[in-house]
Amino acid sequence: MDNIKKLTEVFTEALGVNNDIINDNLEYNSIPEWDSVAHMSLIAELEDSFDIMLDTDDIIDMSSVKKAKEILTKYEIEF
Amino acid sequence: MLSGKIALITGATRGIGKAISTAYAKNGATIILNARDASTAEAFANQLRNTYNATVHVVLFDVSNSDEVKNAFKEIFKFTKKLDIVVNNAGILESSLLGMVTENMIEKTYATNVYSLYYVAQYSARLMTRNKSGSIINLTSIMGINGSSGQVVYSGSKAAVVGITKSLAKELASSNIRVNAIAPGFIDTDMTQNMDEDKYKERIGSIAMGKIGSAEDIANTAVYLASDMSSYVTGQTIGVDGGMLI
Repeated sequence: MDNIKKLTEVFTEALGVNNDIINDNLEYNSIPEWDSVAHMSLIAELEDSFDIMLDTDDIIDMSSVKKAKEILTKYEIEF
Repeated sequence: MLSGKIALITGATRGIGKAISTAYAKNGATIILNARDASTAEAFANQLRNTYNATVHVVLFDVSNSDEVKNAFKEIFKFTKKLDIVVNNAGILESSLLGMVTENMIEKTYATNVYSLYYVAQYSARLMTRNKSGSIINLTSIMGINGSSGQVVYSGSKAAVVGITKSLAKELASSNIRVNAIAPGFIDTDMTQNMDEDKYKERIGSIAMGKIGSAEDIANTAVYLASDMSSYVTGQTIGVDGGMLI
């Protein structure tokens, strides 16, 4: 599975939303489903799916889908 | 009781931390020993390997340094994606009357006894969340509950541990991560062995059971809180103090 598809699945699963709303512009707290509790579930799913351990600063900085891609790139995950 | 479980113990090579590590190894857990001194840690790890046939990893870091904690968890993540038990034991005790308390003493004590809990719990909870299971055990003190003259800094830091324990228990319960604290009373360690004789007698006199506790007494409670025997226990502070009154 390519990483874009994997990332979309992670967001869909963690936030409990349809995959058609997952795009680069989707931002933290812009929809009721992406609140702080869901954010931590999202982090757990990302770490699990991509087999990484994120820094705390990166968790706080992950403010959008676009930003998530940028951060994951630091962990040698290519999009 | 702990077979198949992976446990991280901070401040693992001395006193209560050493007793807990030994009890966990004896009960079949895989041990991740944290200390700052490599040679002491490796010697103790070998002792546990030889005596209990335990799997033991040594991870050196200063719990009060957030960068070192972060790097330590990256190292831990390389050899395990699972963490079942964390014992936040590393701590320091400096006694001083209020008028003699320095800013440096406050900062050092809170960094080691309080800030470290946040750093270690953040990374631990994320590993535990993956398996929807875990037990975090924080070492507080009877001083943190009842207070003690001459220990305004130490007792304040240990009171904070109780508050953190209760809040974390509520926050992490939905991930089936339990968080509890142990509040030792007067325990026979290096710290108490160096006490003034009169002070020592005074302390013993304040204990209903009339004797000092052992590090193993604390370790037994730590085994219980780490095991499935306490699977419905969270947010609690268990006093192990022989009925001490301060």
